[in-house]
Amino acid sequence: MAITVDLLDAPFNPGRFVGPFTDAHPGLGGVCTFVGEVRSDDDTVEALELLHYERMTRPGMEELAAQTVRRFELMGLLMVHRVGVMYPGEPIVLVSACARHRRGAIDAVDFAMDHLKSRSWFWKREKRAGEWHWIEPREQDHADLARWGD
Amino acid sequence: MAVTVVFIGKLADLAGEDEREVPAPLTWSGLAGVLGADLAEAAADERTKIAVNGQVLADKTALDAGDGDEVALLPPVSGG
Repeated sequence: MAITVDLLDAPFNPGRFVGPFTDAHPGLGGVCTFVGEVRSDDDTVEALELLHYERMTRPGMEELAAQTVRRFELMGLLMVHRVGVMYPGEPIVLVSACARHRRGAIDAVDFAMDHLKSRSWFWKREKRAGEWHWIEPREQDHADLARWGD
Repeated sequence: MAVTVVFIGKLADLAGEDEREVPAPLTWSGLAGVLGADLAEAAADERTKIAVNGQVLADKTALDAGDGDEVALLPPVSGG
């Protein structure tokens, strides 16, 4: 069983992480991978910046990863998050889960993403028309989190 | 002797810097005097959390940081 948590300050290729991750878990029944990218809703988002606070963000992600592995009885979990300035089309986050069975892998990724979005130590701002705007948490994020009852 | 106060996100914009050294001890009641009214008001926002050395205070009005402590003012998160 392996947990990999990483914070990256430069663009990354998700496949370079997922390949070795699945190779490291022979005998798995299912692997589920989610990659979140910088969306451009209406071509007005020029850039996005994610800030973190190292002494809390990384330990928080490690704790979330351990909790996810326990809850869904995973064989392994990969959790990679970008920080810094990124542009539309660039990956922001990668979560991949290996499990004996399909359901655990799929649900684990859903659980980890909901918690990364609304309970992890990241702060996001978007650049529109040359101006930076801080992004506030959305009601939907809290509703997503409430599904898990934890 | 000093306490390091870390400002994050929009609170760093408000402070005009990412961190500031202030005299120890730093308490909740002393916050406005040390950081100014604007930052103290932002800290009092119910969605702003305060951490000391990486641990979030359950009750931020219990803030009592000493020499060498790092106090972080944390606005609402938005990741993923």
